[in-house]
Amino acid sequence: MKAAVLTFPGSNCDEDLLWAVKEIARQEATLVPATTTTLAGYDLVLVPGGFSYGDYLRSGAIAKFAPVMTALKTFAANGGYVLGICNGFQILTEAGLLPGALQWNTSLTFVCEPEPLIVANATTAFSNQYTAGQKLSLPIAHGEGNYYADDETLAAIEANDQVVFRYAANPNGSLNDIAGLTNAAGNVMGMMPHPERAVEALLGSTDGLGVFDSLITATKGAAHVAD
Amino acid sequence: MYKAKIFVNYKQSVLDPKAEVIKHTLHRLGQANVRDVKVGKYFEVLLDGAEEAVNAQVETICDQMLANVNMESYRFTLEEVTA
Repeated sequence: MKAAVLTFPGSNCDEDLLWAVKEIARQEATLVPATTTTLAGYDLVLVPGGFSYGDYLRSGAIAKFAPVMTALKTFAANGGYVLGICNGFQILTEAGLLPGALQWNTSLTFVCEPEPLIVANATTAFSNQYTAGQKLSLPIAHGEGNYYADDETLAAIEANDQVVFRYAANPNGSLNDIAGLTNAAGNVMGMMPHPERAVEALLGSTDGLGVFDSLITATKGAAHVAD
Repeated sequence: MYKAKIFVNYKQSVLDPKAEVIKHTLHRLGQANVRDVKVGKYFEVLLDGAEEAVNAQVETICDQMLANVNMESYRFTLEEVTA
């Protein structure tokens, strides 16, 4: 698997993602700046957490206009796998690659803690190494992770089985306890919890490894995505 | 030149936790008749051009950037100003 880890000014989980993919999952991975205009040749694009462009206006609202986002839309349209984590999830909703939006936590506090999750769908490219109903613990660290979509959108998401992870004890007010979901096609996922922070026993949990192992399985033997 | 005064608010169906905190605090201060609080954003944008074109352009600016139409709605007024 060949992965690109995007870096925007203000990204701060890019090195952690690179570490998880290269050093732990033992796959090819490179940091790719936000000024890049093509993502051809990769199997997976990771959009990391952080505070891209200071998150001015709204989280992800400025990042969605970065040059690399045009390339990312082409990459996703061609079936390439895209995973946005935390701020990456916010960027993907702002860019229209995922439905809905992320709003301030109902508590109005920045929540940073290990969070119990339930695998809602274990058939996706991002979750095939888990089992449906499996309980996980992954760290969350966000102030704006409260998932919102209008009634119609939410009904479509559920009908199409797009929810991959749900919170076991909703920490932020997300509708339907949504912690992570895919687009309708299933090749783009966004999640607020950080799987890259749970890939080594030293970090307290290896529950996040399944996300990377699932993607390795999904991309096995597949040709790199063309431009 | 035109000045666009743009108001962006959460849609009615979105619970705004910040507005709820303000409402509760006002109640605590004895402002018992406060029924609801809405918190929004206000932008002023100065643009050159004819009114019709500027009007369409501000719509685009709001849709593309100033509002996230998944959870926010916007309205604006245009006013002719001299430099």
